[in-house]
Amino acid sequence: MSKQNFTLQTSNLSIGYKSKSETITIAKNINLGLEKGKLIALIGENGIGKSTLLKTLTGIIPPLSGEVTLLNKLLKSYTPLDLAQELSIVLTEKLPPSNLTVYEIIALGRQPYTNWLGTLSGEDKIKINEAIELTEIQHLVNKKHDEISDGQLQIALIARALTQDTSIIILDEPTTHLDLVHKAILLKLLQKLTNETGKTILYSTHDIDLAIQMSDEMIVFTSTQIVQDEPCSLIKTGIFNTLFDTKYLIFDTYIGKFKIK
Amino acid sequence: MFFLFLVNVSLGSVAIPLREVIQGLLFQKMSKESLEIILWNFRFPKAITAVLVGIGLSMSGLLMQTLFRNPLAGPYVLGLSSGASLGVAFIILGTGFLPTFISSFFLSNYGLVLASSLGSFLVFMAVLLFSQKLKDTMAILIVGLMFGSFTSAIVSVLSYFTTAEKLQKFTFWSMGSISNLSWNEVSFLSVFIFIGIGISFLVIKPLNALLLGEKYAQSIGINYKKTRFLIIIATSVLAGSITAFAGPIAFIGLAVPHMAKLVFQTSNHFVLFWSTLLLGAIVMLCCDTIAQVPGNDITLPINAITSVIGAPIVIWLLVRKKRF
Repeated sequence: MSKQNFTLQTSNLSIGYKSKSETITIAKNINLGLEKGKLIALIGENGIGKSTLLKTLTGIIPPLSGEVTLLNKLLKSYTPLDLAQELSIVLTEKLPPSNLTVYEIIALGRQPYTNWLGTLSGEDKIKINEAIELTEIQHLVNKKHDEISDGQLQIALIARALTQDTSIIILDEPTTHLDLVHKAILLKLLQKLTNETGKTILYSTHDIDLAIQMSDEMIVFTSTQIVQDEPCSLIKTGIFNTLFDTKYLIFDTYIGKFKIK
Repeated sequence: MFFLFLVNVSLGSVAIPLREVIQGLLFQKMSKESLEIILWNFRFPKAITAVLVGIGLSMSGLLMQTLFRNPLAGPYVLGLSSGASLGVAFIILGTGFLPTFISSFFLSNYGLVLASSLGSFLVFMAVLLFSQKLKDTMAILIVGLMFGSFTSAIVSVLSYFTTAEKLQKFTFWSMGSISNLSWNEVSFLSVFIFIGIGISFLVIKPLNALLLGEKYAQSIGINYKKTRFLIIIATSVLAGSITAFAGPIAFIGLAVPHMAKLVFQTSNHFVLFWSTLLLGAIVMLCCDTIAQVPGNDITLPINAITSVIGAPIVIWLLVRKKRF
């Protein structure tokens, strides 16, 4: 595997928070490589540090040590505008109240490319329409963002990330708050996007069964190690049983699901 | 708006017929010389001040509502006007303790604008600091309210030690008035409004990004710190300079952006920018026309009118609390 295939890479990365008085290290020696066109799930227990890892990978907080490379260039050497053209995000938190329509939200994804007034050019509009078609939300575009369901909003925000035209999209728990059907719809969409657009998509999730079925690769975050591999290989190593420190759950390697003991 | 402007000019303790107003505007002779003096020395400066105050306060309200992602933000509610008052209070009431040559500098227009802009700037910084700790809409409002009480406390201490004459000057100022500004002062004020509005125009695009929240805005390449800095400067200059000349004027900054959002049903700041300017001027001209009590000698304090219109809007927003 040549180095060029990696969209995002980490080497000897340590993550955590640094304040004047102390440094809290959450995890160290993280070596990951996210390949082009792959759908990758990040799983781990609540509070283990998934968000910290995502924040570090998106450049919101700096790494304690080690490096994050995006397209063979150090993440910290990107200007905010350059970074916005290569990396986009989708968050779980609700949008602040406003009159924004779905179309306007999606169009905001073009901001890294528009002039100082934010005027949309012909090319911008083409990109926006492409994203709307890919995510199949034509019927929603004229609605206000608080008139649609959580699942629909999540998909609209994915469309927004698509118009940003980046090599990688990072989603923070996109399936939370959704019912099973909408979880499936959303993950199918992510899978389709990686196949059709060649983008790398990394998402964190608590739906481990679905992640095992739908992802090309998984990053398993436990208290002792962080492992990246294909779901089947991960099952063979038995790592899922070390995921949660509890006596109530056991991973059934045959059906690929957790069971209650 | 142009029509309102004319109506505003024509009405007052002495009514000037609209036709005469237009004649006067076109530099033609008017029927009486006294009318000409009233028109050029009182009515026009006042109407222009109304427009400047209206657009300035409304724009600072719009900037603050988007920055705080809080529909109830505004220069008066969040205590910026109080901060500016404090600055002015120090100047008007406190300069007695200083040597004459310094106090004469501070009592000039420059000194007043500087002090009140500085006052609103400091309060803005403080509110911003608290708002990062308090995510709750109501808590931030209460902080603004506390700043109001804090200022009035300091003002009352200052007034205890000052002369009756200065106290009277300050009291009149604090009731808010957009009349009695000379052409000199009007042009001085318009320079500051122009600067403030100009900066606001530059941040239209980042303001739209901020509608998605701070994190998304940063992820689409917005320099959040720079944007926030520009907004703080623009708001302080607008609220500060207006308060220095016209006193603390209530609720315009809060209410007008909501009217714009309601009328145009959009959050796009490119539309909101112009509509807020337009509505700000219109509302302020209306309030001033009402305050003149047409056909009568009385002039009500402008704050009474803006509060009567503005306070119900705030209550209505709180009750409705859906989409802003």
